[in-house]
Amino acid sequence: MNVVGKVSKNTLYIFLDGELDEYNATHARSEADKLIDGHLACDRVILDLSGVRFMDSTGIGFLVGRYKRLKKYATPVFIQSPNLAADKILSMSGIYSLIPKL
Amino acid sequence: MKNCMKMEIPALSENGPFARDTVAAFCVRLNPSLDELSDVKTAVSEAVTNCIVHAYADGEGIIRIECSAEDDTLHICVSDSGRGIADVARALEPFFTTLEDEERSGMGFTIMQTFMTTFRVESTLGGGTSVTMTKRFAGSGRSTHASECGKVADAQ
Repeated sequence: MNVVGKVSKNTLYIFLDGELDEYNATHARSEADKLIDGHLACDRVILDLSGVRFMDSTGIGFLVGRYKRLKKYATPVFIQSPNLAADKILSMSGIYSLIPKL
Repeated sequence: MKNCMKMEIPALSENGPFARDTVAAFCVRLNPSLDELSDVKTAVSEAVTNCIVHAYADGEGIIRIECSAEDDTLHICVSDSGRGIADVARALEPFFTTLEDEERSGMGFTIMQTFMTTFRVESTLGGGTSVTMTKRFAGSGRSTHASECGKVADAQ
């Protein structure tokens, strides 16, 4: 899984690309947290899921983990562009009440 | 003759994608929609992840996956010989997890129940767990005209 960061207008975009499952979650966590910790001055973080081809409940755990980390810094976080399958899991888990979808 | 498939894989997270993609390939002939196929892959991924993360948390083990196709229905059984579940009813509750510190969502069984047509879990402490699921494909057996949208057989 590729995790790429990009800053635009004081927003940190984290682009996730690949399959967000048990196999990839450890790497994704570590890379996303490096980006978060390296851009603490940003006003908000957007997790872009447009490149996520597959996601299961491990992905929900990953997203909640990043939400908790960013909450410590009082930085709002949003989800952007999940595919239909990911959106189905995210909707049923109620995660959008914590991390709104843009 | 009923078509069936059995596989045994070591409980390694790198085998998760292989397991769910293999089951998906097996059920393509039942003519699932892309949405139904995605449901099956997700449910299998949840069951296999449970074996890796929970059943064999203390060491190595084998995950068994058995599938059969009957009319418009896929039958799947994912089983292990791991440590078992102490309280199955509790484990089935949404958001319940025994691994709070590991960013676990506790949604695995809920997703399997929601995405599949039928779902059953049997477990013995110290003896392993088996998850039995079925998925009935609503459009199975219908025409696979090239004009029919959203069918995997046509998408390939």
